[in-house]
Amino acid sequence: MSTATLAAASLNLEPANESGMDQLLEIAMGPQHPSTHGVFRMNVVLDGERVVRLKPVFGYLHRNHEKIAENETYLGSMPYTDRLDYMCPLTNNWAYALAVEKLAGIQVPERAEYLRVITGELTRLQNHTCLIGFLMQDMGASGTPLMYAFRQREIILDLFEALTGARMMCNYMRFGGCRVDLPAGWLDQAKKVVAGFPRFLDEYESLLVSNEILMDRTQDVGVLSKELAISAGISGPMARASGVDYDIRKVDHYSIYDRFAFRVPLGSHGDVYDRFMIRLLEMRESVNILQQAMRDIPEGPIVDPKTKIRGFRPKPGEAYGRIEGPKGELGFYLVSDGSPNPYRYRVRPPSLINLTILEDLCLGRNVADIVVILGSIDIVMGEVDR
Amino acid sequence: MDEKLKTELSKQGIFTTSLQELYNWGRTSSIWPLNFGLACCAIEMIATTMARYDLARFGAEVFRPSPRQADLMIVAGTVTKKMAPQVVRLYNQMPEPKYVISMGACAISGGPFKQGYNVLKGIDRYIPVDIYIPGCPPRPEALIDAFMELQKKIDAQQLTGENRPRHLNADEPSEFIVPQFGEHDLEPTRNSSIWEPPLVQIAQTGSDESGSH
Repeated sequence: MSTATLAAASLNLEPANESGMDQLLEIAMGPQHPSTHGVFRMNVVLDGERVVRLKPVFGYLHRNHEKIAENETYLGSMPYTDRLDYMCPLTNNWAYALAVEKLAGIQVPERAEYLRVITGELTRLQNHTCLIGFLMQDMGASGTPLMYAFRQREIILDLFEALTGARMMCNYMRFGGCRVDLPAGWLDQAKKVVAGFPRFLDEYESLLVSNEILMDRTQDVGVLSKELAISAGISGPMARASGVDYDIRKVDHYSIYDRFAFRVPLGSHGDVYDRFMIRLLEMRESVNILQQAMRDIPEGPIVDPKTKIRGFRPKPGEAYGRIEGPKGELGFYLVSDGSPNPYRYRVRPPSLINLTILEDLCLGRNVADIVVILGSIDIVMGEVDR
Repeated sequence: MDEKLKTELSKQGIFTTSLQELYNWGRTSSIWPLNFGLACCAIEMIATTMARYDLARFGAEVFRPSPRQADLMIVAGTVTKKMAPQVVRLYNQMPEPKYVISMGACAISGGPFKQGYNVLKGIDRYIPVDIYIPGCPPRPEALIDAFMELQKKIDAQQLTGENRPRHLNADEPSEFIVPQFGEHDLEPTRNSSIWEPPLVQIAQTGSDESGSH
């Protein structure tokens, strides 16, 4: 822990204007910036090298997702959900399908639930690997960690492509099930990929976890307290890194998650290093879930035969479906007035809500830390701006 | 120069070339793209540079964060009306010769989000686009194909004459109008020197012989 105390000592929180130099500098980071994870802009006020104020500017990727969905049929919005958080389309599909199933009271067959868990957890694996790669890229380790992450991502994308026909925009879930059944040999291939994943994680960990530069740059940087995490509505790995024991897979028992034995890793410091470690540990748990799910998957139908695909009109009412997405609580709130398209369609994006505390984490830190803190929050602008 | 003489000389260890070939060879083999992603397509753009697809084989792995050092802009993703001025400004900041790849359905025409009130219906309304790649998002292979098409295009350009690149033509503008956020829409809504809405021509029955079949 010597590095941690060193980092704390070097963070001098006294104002630096004793020499009469009290000029503040305002800079705009983004929307075109190599490390803002898309088109995100931060108006940062600096005192020397330290952040005095930070104002995020959103909306550079506002693609009118919600308004378009209100004019689409229920099923017509499914491909749009792929493009929300474009790193993990399958979990977006799942959350939306869950909301509509709640609204219309549709039951999902057993095999479809397993398929959802398998594809969802594979999505979590590829999201977390890529996130860590991008975080390292932001820290200056350009190349190697991201190359490793994308190598692994391609292997998982091959599985998605074989199953759904698309690498990124899968459009796989349907109300009351899934679109297609597993092709021949898919499960064996997936088992191989999952069995090989811990080896990749070991490699990744040995490369990164005890790296001195990484520890210096991340430990005690961007500390999010447990209280702030709860009061700001932070969810997902970000909240768990601050020690909030809140995993919707355990809280809601949605789908069939209570059949699997898995643990929820918790952090204790809430700094960038914890957020990085949480993701590594979560991937190991996902591998656990995947192995159990692929062992137990039953035969049977993959979609509820009673669900209407055409002319789908749920009864008037409202529903909120949420899942534990790779980034946090991903929810869809739908209001139906009995017509073929939703009256109100609202997304609860984990990226946006996790991003709201960015200024709190960055105040008093150096400019270079902003990039690392932002990288550890794990945002995707498609979801933030929608 | 005679091709036979050229091969004969190369056997003797003498390499001859024209200035144009040398110039184009240099430009085709080191296209530096601007490190600039807008939306989903940017992820596929990154995937293209990674190990499996390895854009470095085409001399194009050097993604520059500054437009001042870039030759190629890959418009990778949905251009919203809030972002369009910045995209055009970045293009204006790039030094000549510069090229544009319009990657994905959104950058070409607005794609699935075309009906959105905040989405620009194609970046070619404001900047000249050299290569379009359809797809949502296009696969990395498609982006590599676009690179190869662009290389062919650069290779075919001549230093003089009609087919010379834009920057060697004094009449061609190197900067384009940066749209401003107006009261209702971007102003101007298009750069009419490079883009006009397609005209639908309705053939008069009987009056035109060539139009009938």
